[in-house]
Amino acid sequence: MIEIEVNNRKVKAEAGEMILSALERAGVKVPTLCHMKDLVPSGACRICSVEVEGYKNLVPSCSYPVLEGMKIKTNSPRAIRARKTIIELLLANHLQDCLYCVRNGDCELQTLAIQYGVREKRYLADRCEHFLDMSSPAIVRDQNRCILCGKCVRVCEEIMGVSAIDFINRGSKTVIAPAFNQSMNVSSCINCGQCVMVCPTGALREKSSLKEVTDALHDPDKFVIVQHAPALSVTLAEEFGMKPGADIDKKIVNAFRRLGFNRVFDTSYSADLTIMEEASELVSRIQSNGVLPMMTSCSPGWIKYVEQFYPEFIPNISTCKSPQQMLGALIKNYYAQNEGLDPAKVFSVAIMPCTAKKFEAKRPEMSWNNIADIDAVLTTRELARLIKMYGIEFDSLVPNEPDMPFGKRSSAGKLFGGTGGVMEAAIRTAHYLITNREMDDLVVKEVRGLKGIKEMKITIDGMVLGVAVASGIMNAQKILEEIKAGRNDLHFIEVMTCPGGCIAGGGQPFNTDQKKITARMQALYSIDQNEITRASHLNKAVADLYKDFLEKPLSERSHQLLHTHYSEREVMV
Amino acid sequence: MSETTIEKIIKKFPDAGRDSLIPILQEVQNIDGYLSRNAVLEIGKYLQLPASKIYGVATFYNQFRFQPLGKYHITVCRGTACHVKGSATVLSILEQELKIKAGQTTRDGLFSLEVVACIGACGLAPVISINGTFYAQVDNNKIRQILRDYRKNDSIAVQNN
Repeated sequence: MIEIEVNNRKVKAEAGEMILSALERAGVKVPTLCHMKDLVPSGACRICSVEVEGYKNLVPSCSYPVLEGMKIKTNSPRAIRARKTIIELLLANHLQDCLYCVRNGDCELQTLAIQYGVREKRYLADRCEHFLDMSSPAIVRDQNRCILCGKCVRVCEEIMGVSAIDFINRGSKTVIAPAFNQSMNVSSCINCGQCVMVCPTGALREKSSLKEVTDALHDPDKFVIVQHAPALSVTLAEEFGMKPGADIDKKIVNAFRRLGFNRVFDTSYSADLTIMEEASELVSRIQSNGVLPMMTSCSPGWIKYVEQFYPEFIPNISTCKSPQQMLGALIKNYYAQNEGLDPAKVFSVAIMPCTAKKFEAKRPEMSWNNIADIDAVLTTRELARLIKMYGIEFDSLVPNEPDMPFGKRSSAGKLFGGTGGVMEAAIRTAHYLITNREMDDLVVKEVRGLKGIKEMKITIDGMVLGVAVASGIMNAQKILEEIKAGRNDLHFIEVMTCPGGCIAGGGQPFNTDQKKITARMQALYSIDQNEITRASHLNKAVADLYKDFLEKPLSERSHQLLHTHYSEREVMV
Repeated sequence: MSETTIEKIIKKFPDAGRDSLIPILQEVQNIDGYLSRNAVLEIGKYLQLPASKIYGVATFYNQFRFQPLGKYHITVCRGTACHVKGSATVLSILEQELKIKAGQTTRDGLFSLEVVACIGACGLAPVISINGTFYAQVDNNKIRQILRDYRKNDSIAVQNN
């Protein structure tokens, strides 16, 4: 430990750490636009510059290490003036239409302009006009709002391992774009939306489907059905000022009814169904010497990743559709018939913590008889906007029960919301399928938590299964490379595209951090702790569906509606 | 560019890492005149670099082009002397006449346009060069005449073949 002086106050710091982290611990906030925790500092924006006694120039606190006895002034007139000038210069090259921006009121650049009292346009610059890239079904790229902080480039490369975008050109002509300045739809972008999560402005944002949904809600000819993802109920609360990890499952049901949805279903139900199909598929692959290890298929970013970068592993991916698509297929091809509804008039909406789900819903394979399984996908953020626009006071919502049969879930399906959850649910059901009895302790500690890679050997009825859980694509990639190099002790691998799983997905509230992710994860675990039905095969509504319609897992009907296929993709990788 | 040519170039850089990217790009452009998509992808596979990274690096430098050279390659000098003598206008006239931007090639493949810092002929400012032939003290009318002549001679040459 060394001692430094911050604004005339003695503060302890660790040798070698950056000034910024010492300041943070001391409760001194210095703004940053490009800083990313746990990554090597890039020092791109210079907004965090501070004055250090005896130094000729201002020092960027994010990328300059503390030294014994350093005397730092974070708010000297010179530091403030420098920051304000940077903000003014960024604004000079920025689209001046904040009122029309999706990030209005929730924009880091705007916040800084307010905090630093920018009151006049001192710099007049010829702004470069850039085209609006709306080509992707998931993400809109608007270079007119970009401040070139580079966080999207770094998250795409260093956290997701995709590198779909980079800095193109130089100087004032610089843009963030895919290779050959192509549009996003033909790039190697996997639509995970992590770039949207780190974008300080509205330069990267989700492609909104709010208009389609509100139009459908007010169309008397449409029967609008909504399903919501397992991770939604433990995150939406944050958008309404509640603490991270608050579970508002039943209140959301009420909110959906007040928004005008005709039926409210729970994607956790079809997560249970996914487990029945997927666990059966795994058992069948093991018994019939099929392709192993089998890999989960519920995270659409991961699917596109494999199709592009590791097509040789396509046969390893479970053929199960994701829970969103399974429920979509059932709504249009089973529920509608039972209720005497015309499937063409059913408008099926999915609320997801994810931008890649928008892409998944538009995949041509995700349909039956030319009717799409899902008509529109909204992110957690879009739903919050809709609830606010419709003037629904969240506090006034009384808990409601979802509609049956697809409102019934086990807590195993709910666990899908976080990394390791699919694995835990699958183990519970696979154990039952193989041994015909329940596990003594349903909690599988080894696959819980936010670690990047979790592995275990599990013995069921004398059979040893090697399982691995990858939280984030980069960790999945490590496992794929190990398998390519000859590793053969794994049978089943769960992959979540986003580190942490859906609770940290690209459609979640902005300012998601590690602390919030942990709280959301804890919420999922305590839901599981307190629920009576804790395994997918115990979900009575799922059992009924098999009795009434599907017959058994992997039946012909299941294959028609609940399973899919993948294909190699030609993109600029 | 055929794959074999790229393979040949890559073979000259055994155990290359990302620090060899620019020399490889230069070599490819020397032989082929530009960096094709295929070349970028092949180099990416060899160096284990994503296409976006390679394109990002290549666009940082003025020297790399991404379209094949035209039959007649026009370089516009934007050095200090030429600038003083109005090379900005020269460039914009060329861009207007050819309907392309610097770095691009006309659709018929006849002309390509490039901006260079100084071609060392300040006495001739503003100067352009077409396939190595210098045209001195060009202006609006001269440029139009030069382009007309190239087009005419080219169509005669095509007819004679």
